[in-house]
Amino acid sequence: MAGFNKVVDSYEAAMVGLKDNMTVIAGGFGLCGIPEGLIAQIKKMNTKGLTVVSNNCGVDGFGLGLLLEEKQIKKMVSSYVGENALFEQQLLNGELEVELTPQGTLAEKMRAGGAGIPAFYTATGFGTPVGEGKEARKFNGRDYILEESITGDFAIVKAYKADRYGNCIYRHTAQNFNPMAATAGKITVLEVEEIVEPGELSPSEIHTPGIYVDRIIVGKFEKRIERKILSSDSNQ
Amino acid sequence: MSLSREQIAMRVAQEFGDGHYINLGIGIPTLAANYVADDIEVMLQSENGLLGMGPYPTEEQVDADMINAGKETVTAATGASIFNSAESFAMIRGGHVDLTVLGAFEVDCFGNIASWMIPGKLIKGMGGAMDLVAGAQNIIVTMTHADKHGHSKLLAQCTLPLTGVNCIDKIITDLAVLEVKDGAFHLVERAPGVSVDEIQSKTAGKLVVSENVPEMMF
Repeated sequence: MAGFNKVVDSYEAAMVGLKDNMTVIAGGFGLCGIPEGLIAQIKKMNTKGLTVVSNNCGVDGFGLGLLLEEKQIKKMVSSYVGENALFEQQLLNGELEVELTPQGTLAEKMRAGGAGIPAFYTATGFGTPVGEGKEARKFNGRDYILEESITGDFAIVKAYKADRYGNCIYRHTAQNFNPMAATAGKITVLEVEEIVEPGELSPSEIHTPGIYVDRIIVGKFEKRIERKILSSDSNQ
Repeated sequence: MSLSREQIAMRVAQEFGDGHYINLGIGIPTLAANYVADDIEVMLQSENGLLGMGPYPTEEQVDADMINAGKETVTAATGASIFNSAESFAMIRGGHVDLTVLGAFEVDCFGNIASWMIPGKLIKGMGGAMDLVAGAQNIIVTMTHADKHGHSKLLAQCTLPLTGVNCIDKIITDLAVLEVKDGAFHLVERAPGVSVDEIQSKTAGKLVVSENVPEMMF
C-alpha cells in the first residue's frame, strides 16, 4: 500500500499513462522553474499530437523546445514564443498550431481550471484579436470578454522541496506558473530538487498542498539561464 | 535635438511617485529604473512573480531561479515578495499597480495601443502586455515619435492589431510628452531644442497645442 507515498523512482513511472493527443500543462517561465527531466521523458516516449499549455516553449534544444525536434507538439497555448527558431519554422510550415493567450489570462485559465470554474470574464484582450469570437459583457460600464478555463490530462510541475504527501514549496521566481499548473492536471507530476521528511516543511509555508499532486520524482536540474545580466553590465 | 534612449528613460522616471508600485516593460521603460529620484521610494513589479525588483546581480549573486519578466537574471530588493503568476496578474488586473510603462508600435488619439503584432511578420506573442494595459491605473507609452522611415507612430487610428483599447494616458517620445484625452494628443512638453512645428509634422493624429509648450527639464 502506497498510502500517501507519491514518490516514484523512475521517469517512466512518473509519466506512465501519457498518450498521443493528450493535453499537458507545464509550469515554468522561460527556462526558469521548468520540469526538465519530465520534459526529457516525454521526448523519450516520443508521444505525438500533444497540446502543450505553457507560458513559453523553451529554446532550441532545451526545455519544451526538445519536443519540437520530433514534432511531438500539435498545438501550443502560450503567451510568448519568440525564443525558438524551430518553433518559428514549424509554425510557418503549418506543422504547429499556436493559441496566443495573454499571460495573466493564461495563469487564470489554469487557476480556474484547477478550481472547478469553467470560465471567467476579464477586461484583458477586449477590442483586440484575442477578444474576437468571444462573448463580451459589460459590468459597471466596463467591457469584458469571457475566457474558458483549462485543464490537462497531465500537469508537469517543477518544485523545490516536497514531502512524500506532495506538499511542496517553490524557490524564488521559479514558482511562476507551477502552482496553477499543479492544480489543473488530471494527473499532476512533481519534479523536485529534494524530498524532505513529512513535517520538515511547516504547514503554513506550503505553496501547493499535496492533494493536487499524484506523483513525485527527484530530478537533476541543469537550470540553464536564458539571459545572464550582471550589475557590472548595466553600469555601462 | 531628439532625446536618446537614456534621456527618454530619465524623463519617464520623473513620472514616478513616492510609494508607487510600478511595472516597467522591456527596453526603454526598464532603463528608467536607473533614474529613480533619490528622495522617493518605489517598488518595481515584474509580472513573472516578483514585487520589489532589485538591481542585476553580481557574478556571485547570480541565481537561475531569480529572473525578471525579460528572463534576465535579477535580485530582490529589501521588502520584496515573490508569488505565483495568477497572484501577479491579480495585482495587475485588479488595478493595484499604480503605473505601467511600456513600449508600442502605434498609439492613437483615443488611447488605443498596438504593440504586439505586425501582420505578415512573425508573431511572437503578447506576453503580459494586454493584461497590463487592461489593469493599470495609469499607463505611459514610451517610443520614438516616428519610425525609421519618418512615419508617425501617433495616429488618428491605430492600423495594427490592438493590445488594448482606450487605455493610454500619456506618451513620452524622443520629441515630446503628450497626454491623451478627448480624442486628441495634447502636447505637454517638448524635448530641448525641438520645435512645435517638428512635433506637429510628425504627429498624424489630432494634436492640441497650447500657447506655451515648455521644454522638458532634466
